[in-house]
Amino acid sequence: MELFSQNKIYNFMSKRNIFISISLTLIALSIASMIFKGFNWGIDFKGGIEVQVQFQKPVPISDIRKQISKKFNGASITTFGKKNEILIRMSVNKVSGDVQKDLGSEVKKLLSPLGSVTIRRVDIVGSKVGSELRDNGIKALVFAIIGILIYVAFRFEWRFALASVLALCHDTIISLGAVSFFHVEVNLDVLAAILTLMGYSLNDTIVVFDRIREQIIGSKVKDLPSLINEAVSKTLSRTVLTSLTTFFVMSTLFLFGGEIIRPFSFTLLVGIIVGTYSSIFIASPLLIWLGFKIDDYRKKLLDKEKRKREKEKMRQMYQGGVV
Amino acid sequence: MKKLNYRLVIFILATIFGIAFTIPSFLGKNPKVNLGLDLQGGMYLVLGVKSEEAVKNKIKSIASAIKYLSDKKDLFIDKLKTSNNALSFELIDKDDAPKMDAALKKIRGIEIKKIPEKESVIYKIALTKETITKTKEDAIKQAIQTIRSRLDAFGLAEPSVTQQGKDKIVVELPGIKTQKEKNNIKKLISSAAHLELYLVDNEHRVTNPKDAAKYGDIMLPDKNNPKRMWLLKTPLVLDGSMITDATVGFTQKTNQPAIFFTLNSQGAAIFGDVTGKNVGKQLAIVVDNKVYSAPTIQERIGGGSGQITVGSTDEAHILAIALRSGSLPAPVVLLEQRSVGASLGADSIRKSMIALISGFIIVVIFMAWYYGFSGIIADIALVTNLFLITAVMALFGATLTLPGMAGIVLTVGMSVDANVIINERIRELIREGKSIKLAIEGGYKNAMSAILDSNITTLIAAIALFAYGTGTIKGFALTMAIGILASMLTAILGTHGIWQYIIAGNKKLTPKSFGMKA
Repeated sequence: MELFSQNKIYNFMSKRNIFISISLTLIALSIASMIFKGFNWGIDFKGGIEVQVQFQKPVPISDIRKQISKKFNGASITTFGKKNEILIRMSVNKVSGDVQKDLGSEVKKLLSPLGSVTIRRVDIVGSKVGSELRDNGIKALVFAIIGILIYVAFRFEWRFALASVLALCHDTIISLGAVSFFHVEVNLDVLAAILTLMGYSLNDTIVVFDRIREQIIGSKVKDLPSLINEAVSKTLSRTVLTSLTTFFVMSTLFLFGGEIIRPFSFTLLVGIIVGTYSSIFIASPLLIWLGFKIDDYRKKLLDKEKRKREKEKMRQMYQGGVV
Repeated sequence: MKKLNYRLVIFILATIFGIAFTIPSFLGKNPKVNLGLDLQGGMYLVLGVKSEEAVKNKIKSIASAIKYLSDKKDLFIDKLKTSNNALSFELIDKDDAPKMDAALKKIRGIEIKKIPEKESVIYKIALTKETITKTKEDAIKQAIQTIRSRLDAFGLAEPSVTQQGKDKIVVELPGIKTQKEKNNIKKLISSAAHLELYLVDNEHRVTNPKDAAKYGDIMLPDKNNPKRMWLLKTPLVLDGSMITDATVGFTQKTNQPAIFFTLNSQGAAIFGDVTGKNVGKQLAIVVDNKVYSAPTIQERIGGGSGQITVGSTDEAHILAIALRSGSLPAPVVLLEQRSVGASLGADSIRKSMIALISGFIIVVIFMAWYYGFSGIIADIALVTNLFLITAVMALFGATLTLPGMAGIVLTVGMSVDANVIINERIRELIREGKSIKLAIEGGYKNAMSAILDSNITTLIAAIALFAYGTGTIKGFALTMAIGILASMLTAILGTHGIWQYIIAGNKKLTPKSFGMKA
């Protein structure tokens, strides 16, 4: 099976301004959503209490609310995946700051009159812990970005590194924008998803960059846009295919994996789409804007090659006993 | 016989290894993959240790040691006061200073400042910086030890108690079922079980702690009636560190549940001395800053044993374990608690398995459909990859969490990437008119740099997650990292070996074998 006509070179670069405009708009919308709509922080980061209960038969939310409000003020009550699965959220302060309280049985006592009920999960996170988890999350993000920058700069050159990190920020911002816009709960899993997404987005970008690097030596094309077109077209089949397989498995996780893991799979699903888009349409044009010159890089690569050959020659001479 | 190549041999060995160490996990035998608390149900607690309290306690016990020593040597002291990390007192007769200095030499880790007055000497004693740091560090270590032995005494299966960061303790308790069990365990872990004995001051009447301090007293609430305050003389008589045993029983007269404790020889000596000197006065038994009872001393109590009456046998049981396994050197506060019911855990396993299996089937069919025979080879590598992940996790005793399951599902999607890259390269070379054999070799060679670079960057992200992630997220990062490394072995080395074996067998290969139109 072949999806793409193999020898065709698509002219992506001629439309690069359109794609960049789309991306800039999406980024602007994402940032606007993050500022004005904000995030639906889960208790992992802001602290709080979550009690998940399961009724044998569905019970009206209003009844549950009435029962719960007898003891706890300001609790938010929603269904969680299924109709009979209920999530009760409260802030830690509302429960008199006493984290040790016997919450599970307290809630069970309140809800028992409504029908047979099991306590499925009780999570209590103090607010201090929440901010610490968030700090650690930010540290992980920064550490990952720096590590990746160094590695790519070392393997390619700084413009490649910068372009790939910019593409990565592009993907991260838009995914976070979607998380904010769709009011997806931000928990530790979402943080993991964002970091995975960074790895994934980079993965895609680097395969394209690797091809550009190869073309610079191998191809006769002199101008950067055509060279990028060639590289992107030749890797297109791979980019789309890998994205498809990853997309498939994430869809199964999103659909069948249950409510708890849904924020994670949602973030990754968006990330895969955006990441694929950016590695085809955004990452490479960034090279042009960053003032990448083929000739300079070619010279650098050739120099490297020359040095390597000279070294080899020296070694051979040495082994041959000439020196 | 066809010639085996080293790649294929490694791949076959890896497959055998993978299968061999995966089977025990499914049979429930060791080595097996441990399920995280979110998958098997259980309780996860993060405790903060208030280590500055340990420093305060240290000062308190130094104060009572000084009091005891000076009483014994007939040195008269007055105005013994303690603060957070220092204490001071006045030695009435300055001629006693050399004797006092000699006595103080026995106490380690303190700095002594002497301020001479007309007749007397004021002693100011502070803990050295090293002592403070060490006391704090010891407090955490001892707290971990104590909690561990308390849990062991309670008879729980596989509790894990570990330090996190500087002053936190993570307690993981799989397989806790009932609410009651949970509450008892929380009480057991978090009660400091700090036993103190004080003499009751019945001579003064005060209403607030400030006035109490004037007489060198402190005020503590009654356990059963928090409004009733007791006025107690400092320094304390002795504390729970001298307890050697504590058992549950019932009092003779009233048949109330009680804890009978035994003191070590030093404690027994002090207890005997103090009770002998204070017959007719009340002795308050204080646990965690609450006065449990204050019996009147009838006679000198030798032998070093005593009793604490408590409300219920349940409470007596918990407190006895806590006293026996030593008090917490500093109080702990519960910062985070997560408990998952076994039914939810089972649900999570089932759901993520459905996702994993259906995702796996889709990818396998897709690869075979798109790349034909070559896709099937990639599928074989994928299966081995899954075995390898399970085997490595089992061998390292790693914990599989729900995000970890998600990581494996993701690996299924991403690990075929290497094969996609390789196959695309092979197709390119075939299109250029190369022979199949050359195309395969060239394909693997050309694909290598892209695969390596992309995998290493993903690995960097996984390492960042592992370094700064907590709990279940660490599990995710771990499965990701193992998945990436395993996929390099199976998808690159393994499939290459299979192809070399097939080529060596002179099997007829056409572009169709790579899913191309003939």
